[in-house]
Amino acid sequence: MAFVASRPEPTLPAPVAAAGVLGWLRQNLFSSPINTLVTIIVLYAIYRIVDPLISWAFINAVWTGTSADACPDGHGACWAFVRARFRQIVYGDYPLDQLWRINVLYAIFAGGLVALMYPRTPGRKWVGLFMLTGFPVVAFLLLVGGVFGLRFVGTNNWGGLMLTLVVAVTAIVGSIPLGLILALGRRSEMKAIRSVSTAFIELWRGVPLIAVLFMASALFPLFTPEGVNFDKLVRTLLAFAIFSSAFMAEVFRGGLQAIPRGQYEAAKSLGIGYWKMMGYVILPQAIRHVIPALVNTCIGIFKETTLVLVIGLTDLLGVIQLGLSDTDWIGGGHIYASGYLFAGLAFWAFTFGMSRYSIHLERHSVSGKNQALQTL
Amino acid sequence: MNEAQGAAMIEIRDVHKWFGDFHVLKNINLTVAKGERIVICGPSGSGKSTLIRCINRLEAHQQGNIIVDGIELTDNLKQIDAIRSEVGMVFQDFNLFPHLTVLENLVLAPHLVRRMPRAEAEEIAMNYLGRVRIPDQANKYPGQLSGGQQQRVAIARSLCMSPKIMLFDEVTSALDPEMVKEVLDVMIGLADEGMTMLVVTHEMGFARTVANRVIFMDLGQIIEENEPRAFFEAPQHERTRNFLEQILSH
Ligand SMILES: Nc1ncnc2c1ncn2[C@@H]1O[C@H](COP(=O)(O)OP(=O)(O)O)[C@@H](O)[C@H]1O
Ligand SMILES: [Mg+2]
Repeated sequence: MAFVASRPEPTLPAPVAAAGVLGWLRQNLFSSPINTLVTIIVLYAIYRIVDPLISWAFINAVWTGTSADACPDGHGACWAFVRARFRQIVYGDYPLDQLWRINVLYAIFAGGLVALMYPRTPGRKWVGLFMLTGFPVVAFLLLVGGVFGLRFVGTNNWGGLMLTLVVAVTAIVGSIPLGLILALGRRSEMKAIRSVSTAFIELWRGVPLIAVLFMASALFPLFTPEGVNFDKLVRTLLAFAIFSSAFMAEVFRGGLQAIPRGQYEAAKSLGIGYWKMMGYVILPQAIRHVIPALVNTCIGIFKETTLVLVIGLTDLLGVIQLGLSDTDWIGGGHIYASGYLFAGLAFWAFTFGMSRYSIHLERHSVSGKNQALQTL
Repeated sequence: MNEAQGAAMIEIRDVHKWFGDFHVLKNINLTVAKGERIVICGPSGSGKSTLIRCINRLEAHQQGNIIVDGIELTDNLKQIDAIRSEVGMVFQDFNLFPHLTVLENLVLAPHLVRRMPRAEAEEIAMNYLGRVRIPDQANKYPGQLSGGQQQRVAIARSLCMSPKIMLFDEVTSALDPEMVKEVLDVMIGLADEGMTMLVVTHEMGFARTVANRVIFMDLGQIIEENEPRAFFEAPQHERTRNFLEQILSH
């Protein structure tokens, strides 16, 4: 016999899950004797690791001093080393009286990024345009100098965080448009364009970055005509941007493949041409699909910039490495550990920032808001 | 352009098309006059979609001529885009742009293709949203609408380009039964205003009341063509009779 409703049922609120921190703890960590035992063992293990780490990094650490003598064995971390080297870490070997030029760039860079991340910045579009076109020019003129009464500073004096950012930003900003074009090329209906794009991507993707860098620094000059002399840094930047674009291209291709054929057909049937169809219909959707992979690639590129070490450029990690081989600082393992820990934390701070921003972007796009038409 | 009374909006002459070795359209001949409403029916896979997709060159034919509003379809990309902006098309699965609001979906093409100022394009868009009876959904995203509403938005999106011809490819097949009527009503309204329409559909009620001519396709050929009353009451061909029996029997 079937059950048939004999009266209208009342509409009830959904049952609530166990409330509060205590409820969560009880349910997840102490729900049974065995669970409780495991929780206690794990907490003890964490304590045994964290306690000495805190003693080493803070309580027993050495904060001041000018040489390795300040950090004898038996003490904790040697932050004195990082402090003594801090100027090189941030500015490289840039002339002391010219540091303001880098400071100005740091300020514009940070200000621009914050303005771009905040969705309600007035004139956000123009800020973005400036950061992509004006800023690189300003940065180039300020850093190199030799014009407007600015003293010329050769790239052999560049280093530290400044160099890391120059390489990373150039590689990332350069590889995104190049990668997009390659991805579109690889999906082109014209066979010649498709083959060239595919060959380019597969070639650069298959070579180790270290080999590319060695080629850029050692092999490349052999092939350029007499008298033409590219700066080593310029060659490195080109190599990085091109190498990274192959990976970007594959990220974008993944996004393009996720767009159903009907989207192309709808756009075409409205008379929208290829480039506008890509710019307004296909890419906004495709890029949204690949934000996590895109940021993943950016983080990878950022960390790979440390490889410039092998061709004699001293980026943030390179400066610390150089400092550790300074005779003043030859000493115990604490100095080494402190230097590399600091380098790791510095890189982590940047990449973690990127990761958080990507999460923010995803949320933002899930909520469905889109600026594509507002730029019309 | 040919503006004479009864002049051909679409002329299809001796058209053949192959997908690889598969001969999908065989010797198609069809002339559609201005304001004519043609319903195309036939079994699945008979080439109905391919035929109407050739008219705005989503598919390219390999033999014969297709002339739309006086312009012959060739590889000339400029001409193709020009024809596409005058030929609206509505698809079975709507194909709205999911990252844009309903209003933005409607404004996009007039703005990009016709370079219409945004305010003017929005005014026209709101006007068409009113005609398909969903002006209150303008700021929603397509994913927030029902299938019937999405399909009406898709029709309005095409109309915003002021097309001279509208192509409909099984536009009610993906809809729940209770939404079919709201979409058909919009199409009947368009027909009443004199739009030139090619409609692939199995809605035989619609064919009976709206079409000037009904075309039956099978295996890539036009087998039968007649005005609706004769088509339904006295089909000439065995295959047409079988097909009609099948779709009318339930
Ligand atoms: N892009 C394509 N490539 C190869 N075969 C296709 C393609 N599109 C359609 N076909 C084939 O062509 C035939 C006709 O398809 P279609 O025009 O969609 O038929 P209908 O719309 O009448 O159901 C079918 O057999 C289908 O499998
Ligand atoms: Mg079909």
